[in-house]
Amino acid sequence: MLFNYQEFLDGINRDAYHEGEWQWEEDGYTVTRTYTYSAPGCHDSCGVLMYTKNGKLERVEGDPLDPCANGRLCMRCLNLPEGVNYEQRPKHPMKRAGKRGENKWTEISWEEALETIATWIRVNIDEAGLGRESIFVNHGTGRNISSWVPFLGGACLGTPNIGAIGFSGYSCYLPRTCGTAAGIGDFPIVDASETHEDRYNNPEWLPPEVIVIWGCEPLKSNADGFLGHWLNVCLQMGSKLVVIDPQLTWLGAKADFWLPLRPGTDLALALAWLNVITTEELEDKEFIELWCAYYDELKEHVAQFTPEWAAEICQIDAELIRKSARFYAKASRGAIQWGLAFDTQVDSIQLCQTVSNLMSVCGNIDKPGTNILVRNGFEINPGYATAQLYCPEETFAKKLTVDLVHPNCVQFIGMADCDAVNRAFESGRPYPIKMFWSQGSNGITCSATASGRVFKMLQNIEFCVVADPYLTPTAVAFADIFLPLKTTAERDSMRVWWTPLRAMKGVSEWYDAKSDEELVIALGLKLNPELFQKRWPTMDALKQDYLDTGFNIYDEQTGKSYRSAGRSKAGRIEVADAHTNYYHKHKDNGDGTYDNLVQRGGYEYDDFCATYRKYEKGMLRPDGSPGFATPTGRIELVPFITFGAWGIEPYATHRESISATRWLNDAEYKAKYPFICINGTRSYEFFHSENRQQKTMREFHPWPLVKVSSQTAKEYGISDGDWLWLENSEGRCRQKAVIDPTLNPNYVHAEHGWWFPEAKPEFPHLFDSFECNINNLTHSYETGPGGIGNPLKSICCRIYKCTKENMSPTPGEVITKLNGYRNNFIACEPFARDLAYDSTCNINKDVIKDTPLADVFGDGSSLDTIYGNKKGE
Amino acid sequence: MTKGILINYEFCTGCHSCEVACKKELGLDFGEFGIKLEQVGPYKYQTGDLSEKWEWTYLPVLTKACTMCEDRVKTGKMPACVQHCQAWCMYFGDVEDLARKIDGSSRCALMTGAVTS
Ligand code: SF4
Ligand code: SF4
Ligand code: SF4
Repeated sequence: MLFNYQEFLDGINRDAYHEGEWQWEEDGYTVTRTYTYSAPGCHDSCGVLMYTKNGKLERVEGDPLDPCANGRLCMRCLNLPEGVNYEQRPKHPMKRAGKRGENKWTEISWEEALETIATWIRVNIDEAGLGRESIFVNHGTGRNISSWVPFLGGACLGTPNIGAIGFSGYSCYLPRTCGTAAGIGDFPIVDASETHEDRYNNPEWLPPEVIVIWGCEPLKSNADGFLGHWLNVCLQMGSKLVVIDPQLTWLGAKADFWLPLRPGTDLALALAWLNVITTEELEDKEFIELWCAYYDELKEHVAQFTPEWAAEICQIDAELIRKSARFYAKASRGAIQWGLAFDTQVDSIQLCQTVSNLMSVCGNIDKPGTNILVRNGFEINPGYATAQLYCPEETFAKKLTVDLVHPNCVQFIGMADCDAVNRAFESGRPYPIKMFWSQGSNGITCSATASGRVFKMLQNIEFCVVADPYLTPTAVAFADIFLPLKTTAERDSMRVWWTPLRAMKGVSEWYDAKSDEELVIALGLKLNPELFQKRWPTMDALKQDYLDTGFNIYDEQTGKSYRSAGRSKAGRIEVADAHTNYYHKHKDNGDGTYDNLVQRGGYEYDDFCATYRKYEKGMLRPDGSPGFATPTGRIELVPFITFGAWGIEPYATHRESISATRWLNDAEYKAKYPFICINGTRSYEFFHSENRQQKTMREFHPWPLVKVSSQTAKEYGISDGDWLWLENSEGRCRQKAVIDPTLNPNYVHAEHGWWFPEAKPEFPHLFDSFECNINNLTHSYETGPGGIGNPLKSICCRIYKCTKENMSPTPGEVITKLNGYRNNFIACEPFARDLAYDSTCNINKDVIKDTPLADVFGDGSSLDTIYGNKKGE
Repeated sequence: MTKGILINYEFCTGCHSCEVACKKELGLDFGEFGIKLEQVGPYKYQTGDLSEKWEWTYLPVLTKACTMCEDRVKTGKMPACVQHCQAWCMYFGDVEDLARKIDGSSRCALMTGAVTS
């Protein structure tokens, strides 16, 4: 066994890495020990040593003394200086000078930018008799959701309509948090020792015996605050793997069992696993007896879902299902690592609940090396709660909720419902959206399903503000005002996502850019001065309040405390104490400031997450009694009460998406669209649509890649590197082929989030953002129970090779100049009513000038030209 | 004593961190490497004991450009590649010590540069 944590710790030369210092001089550089947290970056915050000279970031190294990542960095943070110092990064606020999409700008001051925004809102919303609900605020992922953009939306702009744009079914993470909240009352993550400062040495911790990697590639995605390579340490310490994924991953190749199920059938598999476990009596009887409710009901329900039944649906072997289920259930410590695929299926909410049942019936809850229950460190809980707290109640009542589009559903999520937002944009019902605020999000390039449709609906927005570190396709297409944001290297901030609490210390300068936090203050002082003068007049006040109350309300005059009334409710409720545990921990010593945190090394672990078996210790329920934070105090294996309240059938059943149903049952459809297109798998080089400006990332990963099987390659005459069109009724895009001999011939896999910062910005190019966008082929408005889950990762398509004859019209031309692939969209309907798009019909090719595209048939070598590289000298 | 890098490549995930860390350390241009990742597979064995098992192996190879991070190591730091290896599968030290680490429990490769000290 080579891995030895103590040996690693003992081997670190602590003087060389300046233990106990947070900033020092070294070889002419100032070195700062801190954490990163996008942009650019990811969901995680690895400990770094930032090397700066004259206010410029020159180099980033991992900090071996940081217990979160132990100095190990992925290529993205190693390459951070290229992103931070990207020459074309906007330096000042700008207002649009030409038409939208012409990419003509005038630099302006922050004062002018904020004044323009304030005046526009006053004249066109307030004085026009509209409510602030006609402002839609859009965030991306990572740094923004957890604290800043919902807060900005509620407290500065006064709107309840905040969320992702065009992202039907909240298809990211929320299904998992809600699906587990319903049954368990808390959120389970794999215990790879990450909650302990002493990590792999922690005396209570043990590595999982079996880890199930399900619907994700954690090594590349590092999703949801979880560093994937922690699992690699577990492997080195003996953990075995089950990998459930339509594609073979490196982890899958190492696994004892790889289950290459058909995309979108995970719930059928989960039900069959429960069937095996309950019929073979592999469950943890004692845990169920003591801590669970409705086991008999669950057992009776899953009796129908045999491995043979699931095998046919999932298109895998029944014996494989049986053996793998036993392997997980018999492990003394089993842990399930689940990914985004859980959120992108129409039975998403029941899938998430069912897989949390697998953890529960096997007793793999909150014990070392299982799925442990975690909350935000020190109970610092900003985010959507703050939008509810500070948006006026009468405005909040007008929030765009799921019942507007999916009539039997009940809103139980903080975000505005994505389809209700789509409908408001498309139909003006129940009221029109007048203003679009997009912060740290590049919707039309990245997360928006039905990208062309979203482009169409945003086109007529009256006023648009885009705040971002980079000038994105979304900014060029829509922004009237562009606000330059700081990257992680420049901003002072903090993050909680489980544990530890971490501080980011700004080390470099970028002209006029403001951080997300500074923007909140500047905008708040402008638009809501009474509140902001009182609560958050300065960055220091904002940072302190984040730590002290998480932006809850403590009224010093009356001594009363308030927090938001609930996840999707307006207003506030009185509570005993609005202060965080961080405040209480540090108030006596007076060392609870941001600066203290930075100087202590930038991190602090909390006790809650680090404690095992919290349910035995009365730590989960508000009344302090043992049990879980559910209505019955037990894990509800059939969540009658919560799902009942949410309008969701408590007994899970598998369902297929519209396209999958047709693909399975309609031979003509399948002949037309023979492939299931999986998409959105991550790569080491990129985080969603980030990092495309960086020369080094593009050296490793120059082009968007579509994987095809060897059989498909042979049938279609495809070689590695050929450009392929992917097309279905909604539109088409192109990516470069890579032949994957392990891929099921019925599937292809496309990448997401591509744009080409080196390409032309103006219409129809938009940095060639639409050329390769797989969301040209996805659709909105199709969701499952609860209005949750859009089947965006399992769409159907056909493929054909790009030729000189079939390049025109390009997707950018179709979408930005020719009114889109589809014309007749009806709000609330997933597919348009006109004839399905077909590359051979419907588009009047005469009006299009043949626009030669850079590098369509290139092999990647032209990147050297793009970046001015000289090679072979 | 000759310095070397031991790679417990059973666990190398192909994350490219060693390559990028090294490029930054040595200031190497586009297309140039001090350590370069190579890949075998993925394919499924059809023959022998391994029949039906997958092969998917990564191994980074030291190039001529590798200096064993001599300057860096002198200051007490780890080589850049070793420090940043996400899979925790790289070790630096005297080759004799590294050789002793190899215990047959996983696939390892011991590489040296041409620099001795
Ligand atoms: S981008 Fe990589 S190195 Fe940076 S915080 Fe995320 S996981 Fe850590
Ligand atoms: S030891 Fe240093 S020079 Fe050699 S490969 Fe590693 S980082 Fe590059
Ligand atoms: S850094 Fe480590 S895991 Fe990543 S490619 Fe290099 S040797 Fe492999």
